Amino acid sequence: MRFELTTDQRDFAASLDALLAASDTVAVARAWAEGEHAPGLALWARLAEQGVTMLATEATPVEVCIAFEALGRHAVPGPWVESAAYLATELAGSAQEAIASGTVATVAVPPHTPYALDADVAERVYAAGRDGVRTATPGEPHVSVDRTRRLFSVAPGPVHDTADRSQEAFDLAVLATAAQLLGAGERVLADAVTYVKQRKQFGREIGSYQAIKHRLADVRIALDFARPLVHGAALDPAPRAVSAAKVACADAAYLASRTGLQVHGAIGYTQEFDLSIWITKIRALVTAWGTPAFHRARILDSLVGSHG
Amino acid sequence: MDLELSESELAFQAEARSWLAANVPAQPLPSLDTPEGFALHQEWEARLAADRWSVVSWPREYHGREASLVEWVVFEEEYYRAGAPGRVSQNGIFLLAPIIFEHGTQEQQDRFLPTMATGERIWAQCWSEPEAGSDLASLKSTARRDDARGGWVLDGQKIWCSRAALAHWGFGLFRSDPEAQKHAGLTYFLFPLDAEGVTVRPIAQLDGEAGFAEVFFDDVFVPDADVLGAPGDGWRVAMSTAGNERGLSLRSPGRFTAAADRLLSLYAERPDPRVADRVVDAWLRAEAYRLYTWGTVTKLKDGGDIGAAGSVNKVWWSELDVALHETALDLLGPDAELESRWLDGYTFALSGPIYAGTNEIQRNIVAERILGLPREPKGAQR
Ligand SMILES: Cc1cc2nc3c(=O)[nH]c(=O)nc-3n(C[C@H](O)[C@H](O)[C@H](O)COP(=O)(O)OP(=O)(O)OC[C@H]3O[C@@H](n4cnc5c(N)ncnc54)[C@H](O)[C@@H]3O)c2cc1C
Repeated sequence: MRFELTTDQRDFAASLDALLAASDTVAVARAWAEGEHAPGLALWARLAEQGVTMLATEATPVEVCIAFEALGRHAVPGPWVESAAYLATELAGSAQEAIASGTVATVAVPPHTPYALDADVAERVYAAGRDGVRTATPGEPHVSVDRTRRLFSVAPGPVHDTADRSQEAFDLAVLATAAQLLGAGERVLADAVTYVKQRKQFGREIGSYQAIKHRLADVRIALDFARPLVHGAALDPAPRAVSAAKVACADAAYLASRTGLQVHGAIGYTQEFDLSIWITKIRALVTAWGTPAFHRARILDSLVGSHG
Repeated sequence: MDLELSESELAFQAEARSWLAANVPAQPLPSLDTPEGFALHQEWEARLAADRWSVVSWPREYHGREASLVEWVVFEEEYYRAGAPGRVSQNGIFLLAPIIFEHGTQEQQDRFLPTMATGERIWAQCWSEPEAGSDLASLKSTARRDDARGGWVLDGQKIWCSRAALAHWGFGLFRSDPEAQKHAGLTYFLFPLDAEGVTVRPIAQLDGEAGFAEVFFDDVFVPDADVLGAPGDGWRVAMSTAGNERGLSLRSPGRFTAAADRLLSLYAERPDPRVADRVVDAWLRAEAYRLYTWGTVTKLKDGGDIGAAGSVNKVWWSELDVALHETALDLLGPDAELESRWLDGYTFALSGPIYAGTNEIQRNIVAERILGLPREPKGAQR
């Protein structure tokens, strides 16, 4: 029993974090939202060189979670869950190899993920259905609350070869989304803590007021108890464990985003202020890859069977 | 990273499981805060001790098995899964024993630990005072040096001392140096609750039972042999257990995962879609606590310290306990107000956010020591 990341895993997390911290990911995300994809694609290539796109096939779900937590912490845009978690698991042969080596791909997996994220940038677009995976062509765009998420309806084409692992692919995508939420929540908390130590009102740092402290302490506590569910699910990605991780991370990150906004006051409510990038991303990810209601129902089913 | 138990841990688990299956009383024991229930719980402690299950992590000479931390958690899981009785000896075993091991003399260890392990002597924690709750260091009860008799004379009042109405001995802090600053000049004493000058007055709790008591000290003599740690060093000695109380020892995850399992059975019997999400959340929070604990165990195994994370832990388990029971009561509907194990558990759970340092105080600790936010303008925290 050793329920802690290994030294190698910690080093991997630290090196990804350092790379992303040095990459001005906020500028990358803002450009992506404006439809300028070049910086985001360059970052994609660099992360692919670090192996992020091959973790699903070459490493374990623990490494996948480490990477996605970092992507969430730095608000890296792009169809990461779709490519590096879902398609990397579900596709077979050369299509899978292409993704592992950095090809940007995306997929719609209705009913939970009805739109293909960033289908306008992805080199390959797919649609998953009951009869497997089809290649697809992007249709109408839809506007997300998260400006960096560009969603598209898709028109399914011919059936494509798969590894026939749609359940594992879905669960890994859910888990990766949970980890991304965890990273985003951690980031909002860190930024909120920094802010409340600087901002003064009534002659004191607002962080010395208990009303503020207690709210931030609750965020710390919620994130601390979401993380072991992510790691537990990574060790054994059964549907129940994966859903538990998603519910807990969505709740904790959402609490972080609401609290982060509140302690910033009006500045937090502006699009110009960077916090907005994480607040809107968290809101989008809460319902992406299965709503909390869906995942709670899935947990309950697995615990007490069909429940009327 | 893994969650696998080793072969010897699995063997330990199997042994504990079969012993509990053969020995746990078929009928729940009466409340340990009634004289009859107290005696039956003491008998249960003796039975545990006879087969070395009362204090598994202790040395063999004190009835233990020298179990590792992992084995201890495994045992606690099995214990609560088996529906075994609450531990009447828990103040002694979980709160006092760690300080006796750390700060007690050999003579004190030999004198106090064996009867604690067997449940023959039950201990009460006498820390709080009417004017010193959250601000524990402001306590006023005094200890006066008596060189002639080789000891100290205690005066003052303690309150909210759990089990004190029926317990045999108490442990607590007294101000031994009136000149010293708040946290300094406190000394940690052990004393029999039937000593001359001690008056114990039971106080009925929310559930009507005398779970805690006031204890009055009127010129109570305590010999030097019953001072724990150095005189004047009581605050440091006491704080070495405050972490235990909030952290792992008092609330192992086993009791919450067992309660979550019972909640799921209740839901299966009385499914109510309007409560379904909360059932899931209660289970999920217990599961998070279980996994979080394995992380804590790993850190401790590596020689780390829980530190302020004990406060994160305390807020979580106390609120989880309330949520578990509130959810069960919602499933019970109009029957919720009737006497039941769920209702008892609920009333007890309500005290969780208050004792062991209130959750407001724990949140202050999380904010200040973990998040690094500015300290409260003044005041001490336990
Ligand atoms: C069931 C039960 C068993 C107990 N058993 C024992 C025992 O065995 N031994 C023992 O010594 N004690 C015991 N206690 C007492 C317990 O430790 C105290 O109740 C606790 O420390 C709080 O002190 P208080 O009750 O005086 O409340 P107070 O300290 O007066 O607090 C009242 C309220 O004010 C809040 N508050 C106080 N200070 C602050 C602050 N700085 N910031 C924000 N909010 C603040 C508190 O959080 C609380 O909500 C027990 C209590 C209960 C309920």
